Amino acid sequence: MLRHSVAAAVLIGTALFTGTAIAQSGKVTIVTSFSKDVTDPFKQAFEKAHPGVTLDVQNRNTNAGVKFIEETKANNQVDIFWASAPDAFEVLKGKSLLQKHKPKAEGIPDKIGSYPINDPENFYSGFAASGYGIMWNDRYAKANKLPEPKDWQDLAKPVYFDHVAMAAPSRSGTTHLTIETILQGEGWEQGWRTLKEMSGNFRQITERSFGVPEAVNSGQVGFGIVIDFFAFSAQASGFPVKFVYPTVTTIVPANVAVVANAPNKAGAEAFVDYLVSPAGQEVLLEPSIRRLPVNPAVYAKAPADYPNPFKDPSLGARVKFDVNVSEKRTNVVDVLYDQTVTFQLDALKAATKAIHDAEAAIATKDNAEAKALVKEARDLVAAMPVTEQQASSPEIAGAFTGGKEKGARQAELEQQWASFAKERYQQAQSKAEQALKLVR
Amino acid sequence: MAGATTAGRAHVPSASSRHFLRLSATPGQIALALGIIVFLALFLIVPVGTVIYVAFTEKGTGEFTLVNFLDFARTDLFIRSFWNSVYVSAMSVVVASVFALPLAYITTRFEFRGAMLIQTLGFLPLIMPPFVGAVAMLLLFGRNGTVNLLLDEWFGIKIPFMEGLNGVIFVQAVHYFPFILINLSAALRNIDRSMEEAAQNLGSSGFRLFRRIVFPLAMPGYIAGASLVFVKVFDDLATPLLLNVKDMLAPQAYLRVTSIGIADPMGYVISVVLICMSVLAMWISARAMRGKDYATVQRGGGGLAKRRMRPWESVLAYAAVLLILLLVLAPHIGLLLLSFATIWSFSPLPDAFTLAHYGRVFGESFVYVKNTLLYASIAGLIDVVLGTAIAYLVLRTKLIGREWLDWAATAALAIPGVVLGIGYLRTFYGVQLPDGTPLATLWITIVLALAIRRLPYALRACYAALQQISVSLEEAAENLGATKVRTVRRVVLPLMAGGILAGFVTSFATAAVELSATLMLVQSNADAPLAYGLYVFMQSAAGRGPGAALGVIAVLLVAVCTFASHMIIEKSQKAKGAGR
Repeated sequence: MLRHSVAAAVLIGTALFTGTAIAQSGKVTIVTSFSKDVTDPFKQAFEKAHPGVTLDVQNRNTNAGVKFIEETKANNQVDIFWASAPDAFEVLKGKSLLQKHKPKAEGIPDKIGSYPINDPENFYSGFAASGYGIMWNDRYAKANKLPEPKDWQDLAKPVYFDHVAMAAPSRSGTTHLTIETILQGEGWEQGWRTLKEMSGNFRQITERSFGVPEAVNSGQVGFGIVIDFFAFSAQASGFPVKFVYPTVTTIVPANVAVVANAPNKAGAEAFVDYLVSPAGQEVLLEPSIRRLPVNPAVYAKAPADYPNPFKDPSLGARVKFDVNVSEKRTNVVDVLYDQTVTFQLDALKAATKAIHDAEAAIATKDNAEAKALVKEARDLVAAMPVTEQQASSPEIAGAFTGGKEKGARQAELEQQWASFAKERYQQAQSKAEQALKLVR
Repeated sequence: MAGATTAGRAHVPSASSRHFLRLSATPGQIALALGIIVFLALFLIVPVGTVIYVAFTEKGTGEFTLVNFLDFARTDLFIRSFWNSVYVSAMSVVVASVFALPLAYITTRFEFRGAMLIQTLGFLPLIMPPFVGAVAMLLLFGRNGTVNLLLDEWFGIKIPFMEGLNGVIFVQAVHYFPFILINLSAALRNIDRSMEEAAQNLGSSGFRLFRRIVFPLAMPGYIAGASLVFVKVFDDLATPLLLNVKDMLAPQAYLRVTSIGIADPMGYVISVVLICMSVLAMWISARAMRGKDYATVQRGGGGLAKRRMRPWESVLAYAAVLLILLLVLAPHIGLLLLSFATIWSFSPLPDAFTLAHYGRVFGESFVYVKNTLLYASIAGLIDVVLGTAIAYLVLRTKLIGREWLDWAATAALAIPGVVLGIGYLRTFYGVQLPDGTPLATLWITIVLALAIRRLPYALRACYAALQQISVSLEEAAENLGATKVRTVRRVVLPLMAGGILAGFVTSFATAAVELSATLMLVQSNADAPLAYGLYVFMQSAAGRGPGAALGVIAVLLVAVCTFASHMIIEKSQKAKGAGR
């Protein structure tokens, strides 16, 4: 009752305030994972451009948003789903919960960096992009006398041991893309090796994307692997943090889609069109949002030092990214990372520490036998229970999608992979300790 | 009034007292039980069932199977998580008792200035607003929090307060010890003074008096609180996740249930395990109390005689109370600082202070405050009504299977909020109102979810309160010609008042900051409670200050309500005492 009267009052209020409604009208309901700092400027700008239309923005984290749309499909009340993670859109698309819409905007290229901007079937559209990079707390770095990192490989150095944080790829669609980019760029084996060498230095693997910038902002963790806008908005709020794009950055898109059976389809499409229109793209340049527009022309209005992925080849263009490869193994990569790194972090860190110690000792006193042992230890850490072919095979991928066919259960595979990794980390640790004894 | 038996000892009930118990239930009681069953079925069992039945189905075929539970037992991670959860929960009860016992004892037993204030303050840790509470806690006790930065500067050491399982125990004990405090205090107030006097006449005093007479008599309250702490810590996912401890059961369930695009039954299997463990813990605590009689006949005489403290005692008592309060209220002090802070990063204190955050939330917080008060108080009311009814049915009737009401309600503790939220959407979204809006979009759905989630708190408090009332009082009333209903209304309820209020306050206060189910069910900003507003702010760096300001508003709101209810308890106790 109260709800209705309040809603009615709001509607009457807006109607009176905005005068007559033209073309589109009514309420457009948006489910989004973006924070108020992002949604408020868009809400204001859009409502100004379309008098008579109100945006009702519901903030949910990406998981909750996907589940919400899934559970309420029988009587859908949501017009727009608006979030970063492309995998969330893929899931919704796979369940036929999105509606095709090709935005009217002109001048938007197919790709930003090496990532496609839009869904090829037009179920969802990219409206912005962001680069991944390293963010750090300046006070923390100075107090612990840590150098400024420049590249991904730097984070694997012993000096950063226990000082780095990242979101789990299974919990953050954008982190997943970064992991996948490393795997595709360096190849399966070498990619995992790099990832594990980096992860061995991790202090935390958080379960939500914002957990990383939060930890860095408050100085609990020194360095974080984050999307650029987390760092920029923290700087804008005055936190003593710095940010660097590594020489090879991954670019991750942020997307928007019209939900299937949207109650206000016209309004929803108008919103999507607005987001990719020049006016909407300019809103992205605001300091509190600061994401990269997908329309190259808009960069003319940006401040001088604004990163431009269409001009700067280090932003995304150098990495290769094959969507098909990525799609086939999404869940496998996430679960592999969780089982061999996230849930085995203590064992991995112990092994990493032992290796660092042994290498430091060898650096002062050369010993061939010890060197060989350390190499063995490194190989043990890097070993993966599944090959690249297996990872995208239907038998293994099928265990995670709840496929109708009978096959391996997720829990069985997880147990195998976890014990595979744990055993090898323990062996690696003892090998490295042996090596240390030899040089001592 | 020495009719009551010595508590804490196994006690053979006198034939006469058992004789008076009705052997079969009256039609009214059966109707009441049916009503509760329908409510629980509709808003707990069915919605949750629609989600977790997956745990019992086979992959691919969807047929019934228990193989998933076998997988659970075969997975190292889950077994490790299970034992970690058991260890953390048990240790949390121990540490929480260390915080709660002195506070409860000193404030109820002695003439202690500010007892009411201490009761209120001691209750606040329960109101830890989501996200900001965590940030505040880390800024104080984290690896680079205030305490450790200072320790490092002065002595070159750091204490890992918040690392690993011990960190979880520390934070959980701080967070949930009020469960013990509030229930134990209510129980101590209800103890018959004549018991204590009798013991003193017989020469007992000091610690022996406490150990042999006072504490055993307050046992129902302590057990109620301790079992709640155990189960709540076992089922809590927010704190371990905040400390990045993932190898515990509840976080494992949560991580799995909320993974996008993975259709894995294990999350629901863990939920089932959590539910079973919660019910088991409650069953054990009920077993521990069986065969013992905690009821006293003389009621409401103001509880234990309040003694004046000698000067040195009073210094000691104040020191102990202050120390404990400082420790358990640290997160709230941190929260307050955070809400006034410009920037607080890797430094013992914020760089500077400002009022701007309050300015930013002032306009929009009004609707959140209104919704929160409305939702939490309705939920609290539903909870005490149900809690009293269930406690009455379980303790005072012989209905077959009456314990199941208790267990079903308790199981709600173990259900992750997100599972309940999904269940509600699944069950009620299809139900349409005459004008076509789904039932699940009404704000009352949020209230029901809150009520179900907080029912166990109120239930335990009501249960403990009723356990302390002697049946003979009801029998006396009925012998004098009062009907059952009249007896309950005029005798039982007034005597339970303290416990019921304690239950209401706990349910109300914790409902006011609940987020996980709410986040699933909120349909528009106009319907959103404070916790949701807080969540929205806490997703960006610029939102930390305003989020903390909202958190402070939430805590103050609850504190004022709690203080008011303590005043009411105190007043009613005094009134009763005077009439004696």
